[in-house]
Amino acid sequence: MTLEVKNLFCERDERILFSNFSLHINTAEVVQVIGQNGSGKTTLLRILCGLSDAYTGDIFWQGKYLDGESDERYHAVLYVEHLSGVKGTLTAEENLHWMMQLDKSLNKCSIMDALQQVGLYGFEDVPCHSLSAGQQRRVGLARLYLSSAPLWILDEPFTALDKKGVGEKEALIANHVHEGGSVILTTHHDLMVPGKTVRPINLDEVAVI
Amino acid sequence: MNFLLSAIKRELLLVFRRRNDIINPLAFFLMVAVLFPLGVSPDPTFLSEVAPGVIWVAALLACLLSVDGIFRSDYEDGSLEQMLVSSESLLALVLAKVLTHWLVSGFCLAIISPLVAMMFFLPEQGYFALIVSLLIGTPTLSLMGAIGAALTVALRKGGVLISLLVLPLYIPVLIFGAGTVQAGAMGLAIQGYLALLAAILVLSLMLAPFAISAALKISVRS
Repeated sequence: MTLEVKNLFCERDERILFSNFSLHINTAEVVQVIGQNGSGKTTLLRILCGLSDAYTGDIFWQGKYLDGESDERYHAVLYVEHLSGVKGTLTAEENLHWMMQLDKSLNKCSIMDALQQVGLYGFEDVPCHSLSAGQQRRVGLARLYLSSAPLWILDEPFTALDKKGVGEKEALIANHVHEGGSVILTTHHDLMVPGKTVRPINLDEVAVI
Repeated sequence: MNFLLSAIKRELLLVFRRRNDIINPLAFFLMVAVLFPLGVSPDPTFLSEVAPGVIWVAALLACLLSVDGIFRSDYEDGSLEQMLVSSESLLALVLAKVLTHWLVSGFCLAIISPLVAMMFFLPEQGYFALIVSLLIGTPTLSLMGAIGAALTVALRKGGVLISLLVLPLYIPVLIFGAGTVQAGAMGLAIQGYLALLAAILVLSLMLAPFAISAALKISVRS
């Protein structure tokens, strides 16, 4: 799995976020994007997973140029953003069931196993709007346990999680990398992935003001 | 195909959990029907004359009222982004959403339309024309409305813009829909009108899903 970005230029509200920015994500690597609020972390991740066209530059997936049409990334990328895509009116189980329909790579274990792993066993029948913010977050993050996608793109995965939850997710990321997957994530938390060094990318340094 | 079915199942489940979405267009439709005679004239001959137009306008506005919400909640909670990065077909998803919208708006309106027709003293021979024209005409309203909803989903106040974008597209449906009922009420042949409504439906069914998917991509990605 390789994802490469070359000569990225992106401008938002008349402010240049990246100019001549390049990035390479290799197999079995953890990349942490850091930078102050508004430095373009989310924008970068959205560009990487194909959710933004507001840039110029070249993106290569497995060494192949992506022209925007037939996009092979979608089969191989798991994207988890701050709004975790969890519907308040559906229960945790129904939410995950739908996510599995949308993304065929969520097939590593059963929904019940995933819910048990995120500590929501017993809450599977509760509509998500009556869960706490952290619990709703866990429903979205249960996808990490289900996913067999090689590249994970995670936008602030640790917000609203307790310390134990963060530790579990770090172990999960380590396990994913150990199996040959890669992770690129944004977080303000000091990331500790057991047995793996995290490569930081500081967007404050690439910004042109 | 399997994906289409499970998408429809999810949409129906979501609607079932938020029953307001079903009641709103129906209540609007009934309120117009109840208030119009009070405001204008309760005279049966007058009412039966204006019935086709008034019922169709009420149905059209009821559809327009609810069309704004087709993609709104999915956009707000991030589900729409997950759908766009999915390897599954966006067209199937769009079709499922439009179909569900039609089931809770146009289809229900067609079902209760005889009640409203009775309140307007529509001649009995016009009932069939009314129900069939609504059944064939309202899916077009949902399809075209969804284009407007998809284009404005990322805007905070898209409601007014949707009306501006979509109303011109609704006008042919209104003309032929009301025409069907008028002809039916007078005992004339309605096949010609229905054929035109069906032609508009087929055309929008072929083209609108592509326009809706493209509009969603533009809204989310820019």
